[in-house]
Amino acid sequence: MRSWKIRIGLLILAFFALMAVVGPLLLTGDPSATGGEALAGPSAEHWLGTTQTGQDILLQVVHGSRVSLGVGVLSAVIATAVSIAVGLVGGYFGGVVDEALSVLTNIFLVLPALPLVIVLAGYLPQRGVASVAVVIAATGWAWGARILRAQTLSIRRRDFVEAARAGGEKPLRIIFYEILPVELPVIATSFLATVVAAILAEAGLSFLGLADLSTVSWGSMLYFAQNGQALLVGAWWWFIPPGLCIALVGAGLGLMNFGIDEIANPRLRTVRAPRRSRRESTAVLETAGEVGP
Amino acid sequence: MRFLARRLGFYLLTAWAAVTLNFLIPRLMPGDPVDLLVARLKGNVDPAAIDAMKRAFGISDAGVWQQYLDYLGNLFHGELGRSITFFPTEVSTIIAGSLPWTVGLVGVATLLSYLVGTFLGVIVAWRRGSWLDGVLPATTFMHAVPYFWVALALVFVFGVTLRWFPVSRAYGLDVMPAFDGPFVSSVLYHAALPAITIVIASMADRILGMRNVMVTTLGEDYVVMAEAKGLTSRRVMWAYAARNAILPNITSFALSLGFVVGGSVLTEIVFSYPGIGSMLLKGVENEDFPLMQGIFLVISLAVLAANLLADLAYVVLDPRTRQEA
Repeated sequence: MRSWKIRIGLLILAFFALMAVVGPLLLTGDPSATGGEALAGPSAEHWLGTTQTGQDILLQVVHGSRVSLGVGVLSAVIATAVSIAVGLVGGYFGGVVDEALSVLTNIFLVLPALPLVIVLAGYLPQRGVASVAVVIAATGWAWGARILRAQTLSIRRRDFVEAARAGGEKPLRIIFYEILPVELPVIATSFLATVVAAILAEAGLSFLGLADLSTVSWGSMLYFAQNGQALLVGAWWWFIPPGLCIALVGAGLGLMNFGIDEIANPRLRTVRAPRRSRRESTAVLETAGEVGP
Repeated sequence: MRFLARRLGFYLLTAWAAVTLNFLIPRLMPGDPVDLLVARLKGNVDPAAIDAMKRAFGISDAGVWQQYLDYLGNLFHGELGRSITFFPTEVSTIIAGSLPWTVGLVGVATLLSYLVGTFLGVIVAWRRGSWLDGVLPATTFMHAVPYFWVALALVFVFGVTLRWFPVSRAYGLDVMPAFDGPFVSSVLYHAALPAITIVIASMADRILGMRNVMVTTLGEDYVVMAEAKGLTSRRVMWAYAARNAILPNITSFALSLGFVVGGSVLTEIVFSYPGIGSMLLKGVENEDFPLMQGIFLVISLAVLAANLLADLAYVVLDPRTRQEA
């Protein structure tokens, strides 16, 4: 935990998690309730101002965090489960199974995700939180699967796995009880990255009006801000907060990923001390034992 | 060359998968899309449109295999069916009209973002340990900023408040489409803000990717050797380190194209840009399944083609891939 990146990332995430879990309990009220002063700037009464129909924006941001983060986490959970299954099974068994699963993974990696999500959402008979999450997960699992497959390939010949195999353990048991726990750090980073992608995808879908517009989310706030001409009337307080929240959550998750990466690969670390020439600092790093052979 | 053959095979397979996915999605989703449409319009549909739709989907009493073969045959002849929204215009005509706008905008913006991002990534890696490291947390933030939010912010600041740039459409109402000075300059003027949006929103990944590879490359023996020989910093930085660090970045660039394309769809909506993204949304909003499927297919194939080009570039630039076989 000495990494400041992990600490700040955690702090940001804790703030938003608290907002999503506790916020709606403290700030009660209907975020969709209209009435009140329309398009009012931030004031003591409405800290973040109001929308065109007099909805309180702070209330919307707080309540919307539940939907935005909820869909993000839910679809990342689904996507990660799929990527674990595909990556570990393919990597462990090798051969034709692996060949087929990798081709599938690579196909989903190359196909443009958001247009696919848009098309899938277009066919959805009902656009609820769960169905939107599933659609986003359908396009978000491939990157994790590829990373986990590579990890599994390098782990499957290690002694403890061989030992388990020699001990007559069943393959699925080896995969999920022996290999999976070793890969938890990798799974964690790919999960965090998937959450960012899923939150962005949900925001994009809502912004296009293709998610559930009856529930307030950061994306649907932006949709209504855009359609309500918030820009043309100069209502910056309407579209700044939801977008900023999305970016901050993403930055928090990204910082944590950064921190974890740097622990795994010390060369990526940013060095604090200013240096005069690169050669000199390489020498310093070498004595510190941070540069590999 | 085996590398190329393998890649070519993969892209053919992926193209087939995209085509098949397009065939399967409407059939796997609950409900027949045509019935769905008719139900939503409460029977208020032109019978010719229903007919066109069924033809577009290849939905008939024939078996699924026959439908699939018909569908492939139609595609092979460039037959994407007819749009419902713009009935009886062919989907391929609509795509031909909107694709150039998107390709121009996304192409130029992506190239710019790649050049600038790679350059900055090299510099940040080279000056590792200086104040430039402060750029990195900022890129993390930028990486997570939604494209359309950047677009909204730019429209607000430079379009509405400062009035420097137009905020919608691809060219002014006062010019006629023709290949002349006023029209071209109007097009460029209108493309400025959307292009800047895409550059800003997609550059962070480039900086970060290039920086990380470059930092690793800087530790390689041949870079240390080049320095030991007393070559100038600039020569070591560009001719030795960056030149090699760029290679893996080409592949990651190709993979990130899918994101750029997705982002540009959203950007087009904000600017009411008449590209393929706006058309895709129009298709989805109007339940115009032939239109949205045709557009998804074209976008997928375009991204695949770009990836193939990146692979080709890789082979040209990295002799090791040529010696593999």
